[in-house]
Amino acid sequence: MLSIKNLFATIDGKEILKGIDLKVQPGEVHAIMGPNGSGKSTLASVLVGRDLVKVTKGEVTYKGVDLLKLSPEERSLAGIFLGFQYPIEIPGVSMVNFMKTAVNEHRKTKGLDPLSAGDFLKMMRERKNLVEIDSALTNRSVNEGFSGGEKKKNEIFQMAMLEPELSILDETDSGLDIDALKIVANGVNRLKTSKNATIVITHYQRLLDYIIPDKVHVLYNGKIVKSGGKELALELEEKGYEWIKKEIN
Amino acid sequence: MKELSIHREEKFDFAHLFNYSEKINGNISPYLKDVRLAAADSFSKTGFPGKEDEKYEYLSVESLFEFNYNYRFIPEIIHFNIKHVFNCDIPTLKTHMIFLLNGFYYGGAQQLSELPGGIIYGSMMKAMEDKPDIFRQYFSRSTEMGNDGLVNLNTALARDGFFIYVPDNTVLDKPIQVVNLILTNKELMIQPRNLVILGENAHIKLVICDHALSKKKSFTNSVTETFVGQNSRYDFTLIQNEHNDSSHINYHFINQEKGSRVDTNSISLHGGIIRNNHYVKLNGKGSENYSNGLYLTDKDQTIDNFIFVDHAFSNCRSEQLYKGVLDDRANGTFSGRILVRRDAQLTEAFQRNNNILLTEEARMNTKPQLEIYADDVKCSHGATVGQIDEEAMFYLQSRGISEKNARLMMMYGFAHEVINRIHIDALKDGIAELVYKRLRGELAKCDNCAIISS
Repeated sequence: MLSIKNLFATIDGKEILKGIDLKVQPGEVHAIMGPNGSGKSTLASVLVGRDLVKVTKGEVTYKGVDLLKLSPEERSLAGIFLGFQYPIEIPGVSMVNFMKTAVNEHRKTKGLDPLSAGDFLKMMRERKNLVEIDSALTNRSVNEGFSGGEKKKNEIFQMAMLEPELSILDETDSGLDIDALKIVANGVNRLKTSKNATIVITHYQRLLDYIIPDKVHVLYNGKIVKSGGKELALELEEKGYEWIKKEIN
Repeated sequence: MKELSIHREEKFDFAHLFNYSEKINGNISPYLKDVRLAAADSFSKTGFPGKEDEKYEYLSVESLFEFNYNYRFIPEIIHFNIKHVFNCDIPTLKTHMIFLLNGFYYGGAQQLSELPGGIIYGSMMKAMEDKPDIFRQYFSRSTEMGNDGLVNLNTALARDGFFIYVPDNTVLDKPIQVVNLILTNKELMIQPRNLVILGENAHIKLVICDHALSKKKSFTNSVTETFVGQNSRYDFTLIQNEHNDSSHINYHFINQEKGSRVDTNSISLHGGIIRNNHYVKLNGKGSENYSNGLYLTDKDQTIDNFIFVDHAFSNCRSEQLYKGVLDDRANGTFSGRILVRRDAQLTEAFQRNNNILLTEEARMNTKPQLEIYADDVKCSHGATVGQIDEEAMFYLQSRGISEKNARLMMMYGFAHEVINRIHIDALKDGIAELVYKRLRGELAKCDNCAIISS
């Protein structure tokens, strides 16, 4: 589904990613862990097409297509979703209008007619229940005045609405208390099928108690330095990132 | 001679214009005559406001008069079916409708209508003749009026416009809508003069739609005086939708008594040059004024909003929210002056002006001015000029929304805060739709207005 080969990328001329290789298959959950500044968010940015990151070398193919040639909206329509680390507040743009436009763009790509107002609201209601998001929140402007936890739940709600094939969750656990964490993880697990894949980017092992990864990768200094099963996350938790640093150096 | 041409040189030979208007003005009351004479005299001394006038720092009034406009003291007879040229774009809006054609009341013999409760509305010219006492009490009584050459020009010469009188304790069931149409085959200058009077404990909603239906150059210099009595409420919405060759200078003087509340929404969708002069006098304790504006400009259009709010009494509250989107080479100005007088303790005054520039060439001048002489007040002002937030754009695009639609959503979202303050639901929805179309570049006129090419 996703194949990253020897990926190098810079931000403002500074090299952040220094040769990433990664393969993700449908149905898999990958966790990417690593200390601050290791390049985790930069990798997510490359995948969704933020133009502040420049790819200098390597290739990324998604379902056989050169992903790097697609615009951010084309990537979304192709089935890629990013759960933002810091979801932005957009005053004046209503959640309903935002999601309706997005869902109908996705439907158009699939050759489907736009949803009627009634069907759309029904869909909103169902998906809201899935992520246990407060009903009133979706009547407001996008993320405006939402708490940290509400913003993250809103990301998972959007994921539920758009039904992506590849979801990248960037530090979705940061700033969440344990109850919110469970709700978010629960939402992700419910949306999991044998056809979609998830990349969970996280600093801590905590989230992986609730979202069980098939594979764990450790990103350090712009490279994946270690890959393993879910036990790798536990080992990291126990020994800390110093262990990895020592092992490499 | 029923029409003549007006040119900037006229300011040096103004007397003949006034004398001419006198001849056909006929039997106006002595009070009106005095007021007009004084205004004519004042104008002949000052002429048009020039660049040295701080209020007109960014707009050259003089250059508007470099063109020869035709000017009429009595309405031109135009044979047409109003239904063929005008259909309100907001059909769900049920109103008592008045038409002004080229500044003159257009509506047959019944020039003043009466509604239950004694509300009178219709032609200003007719009201001047029929209601001399009311005119003596209110006409040209707004302070600050005498300082502006263009207002004096209007006071001296204007013959018609709309008139609304609402007695004490009267609430109007549905809004009054005034449709200003410009329909001409000659370049035209018009000067409508309007008067709105609300007694005590009254409530009306007024909607004004400015349309230029002909492609000819036009220049409007309109003055409206509004008097809002104790504990009355006045909701006012202005929709300006003319064209690139129209210039419109508009004055609204709002005088508020104790405990009154006035909400105004000025929506500038289209116009070559638009200058809105918005004067508010909070002339009684506990009165409230909420003035909102939205302007969407492109090409070489100019929009200039000038606000003056005078807090003359204590416990009053005023808020201004003006927002604008400027595209292409559009040029915008916002000047907001708030004066809090020494005795106006416990004043709350808040002002905000936010602008989005879509191009490098678009310009915006924003000038908030707070002048506070009382010590126990809460006041603030803020102004921003910026671009569309690229982070937010990326967020929308990352959900599959095209760049074009994301930009549209951002602009609409920006405008929505102002639209949301309109108190008439059907109007709010209608304006939201018009704004959306305008932002999409689809709106040249309100949709259903047929354009008469002449």
